Amino acid sequence: MSVRITLATAARVLRQLRRDPRTLALVFLVPPVLITLFRYVFDSQPQTFDRVGGPMVGIFPFSTMFVVTSIAMLRERTTGTLERLMSLPLAKLDILLGYGIAFACVAATQASITSGVAFGLLGLDVQGPVWLVVLLAIANAILGMSLGLFFSAFARTEFQAVQFMPAVVFPQLLLCGLLQPRSHMAHALEVISYALPLTWAYDALAHAVSGRTGAVVVRDAAIVVGVAATALALGALTLRRRTG
Amino acid sequence: MLARVAAVEIEHLRVVRGGKVVLPDLSVRVERGTVTGLLAPSGSGKTTLMRSIVGVQRVAGGRVVVLGLGAGAPPLRRRVGYVTQAPSVYGDLTVRENLAYFARVLDVPPAHVDRALEIVDLAPLARRIVRTLSGGELSRTSLATALLGEPELLVLDEPTVGLDPLLRRDLWETFRRLAAGGTTLLVSSHVMDEADRCDRLLLLREGALLADETPASLRRRTRRETLDDAFLALVETA
Repeated sequence: MSVRITLATAARVLRQLRRDPRTLALVFLVPPVLITLFRYVFDSQPQTFDRVGGPMVGIFPFSTMFVVTSIAMLRERTTGTLERLMSLPLAKLDILLGYGIAFACVAATQASITSGVAFGLLGLDVQGPVWLVVLLAIANAILGMSLGLFFSAFARTEFQAVQFMPAVVFPQLLLCGLLQPRSHMAHALEVISYALPLTWAYDALAHAVSGRTGAVVVRDAAIVVGVAATALALGALTLRRRTG
Repeated sequence: MLARVAAVEIEHLRVVRGGKVVLPDLSVRVERGTVTGLLAPSGSGKTTLMRSIVGVQRVAGGRVVVLGLGAGAPPLRRRVGYVTQAPSVYGDLTVRENLAYFARVLDVPPAHVDRALEIVDLAPLARRIVRTLSGGELSRTSLATALLGEPELLVLDEPTVGLDPLLRRDLWETFRRLAAGGTTLLVSSHVMDEADRCDRLLLLREGALLADETPASLRRRTRRETLDDAFLALVETA
């Protein structure tokens, strides 16, 4: 493991993203636009916007980073650059952490813009501290990145990689409690929801926006980070020095 | 006399890919400081052999020793340069950004970037986004990346595909110059006039070596004037 290579990789990934302004625009503009839509869809129920809007700010980076990472990593695999990297003196962790740092920066920017719009312009009202929402958003981004990295190993084409989004992200969105409290779901779904990382990510955000910032948020965040680390370790297993 | 460690020493290499035996039992030796041409019809196991030497190919049996170490051993990652047939560089970065990144990974001084650009004659295009380059420029960028760390062994898979004759000649002069400086080169090609510029030729067909000799001895043995004819004669009698 080398700090030099990790930082060089992070800088390289960010430079690649900067060369793709359209993707950056989508990453930074779609969440505030969606949250604005959301605000006016619930125009007559501001309390619903307050309840759901805060967690949404923190969940956008999860789905964004999942897609961006799985496609970026798929490109590394299909263009042969990953094979080249694997034949060079660097550790797998250098690549993974490099990506992690780069996407954490993107996630922090995305979450700041989205919360700026939500809290500043749309009057989203939460009891908890805004910085905690942004911090949890970054943790969720890293979770999305790790899962994207892992799932990219199972996609051969970008079409397939994009389809992992509805396959992996949507069910978690449905079951995490954002749309409906989990206790109101069919019992089997509630049980399943405990096994899904986004459930804990949402739980942390829901607690944070309702002003409960104690041990429960720390526990939820620890689960999110733990799953992210596990997915990263599994992702490392899919980066192979030797292939058939 | 001091016994020199060979650049590559392969004994009974066996590789199976997707249930198909690509290399059944291959033994070969490549001396240091030479340019060895690897010639083969496509699908003969050329790339598989190169990947085995670089240590990125899963092998089913045999021994591949590179510069005295097992192929793929961590210390070799600095000492062996590999250029795949498809240019493996980042399309959305400039030529220089690509090289600068790999230079950071290899921990070589930035001056090596300029030197590598000079060697492949890409200095004027250093600021171009790689995606906008022509095929030949693209493969030269990939080659420059492999030159950064001044590797002792360069494994080049079809480095001159898509290059015009002038550039091909220049590149082969570069290869000769690198070899004169002590670098070992293993170059695959399907262009026979390039084969004539090699010290030694390996002819591979269906995973087996048909020839391992100098261009001159290959001509003598097959009693053919051109390497093209010699190659065909060997393939047809095999």
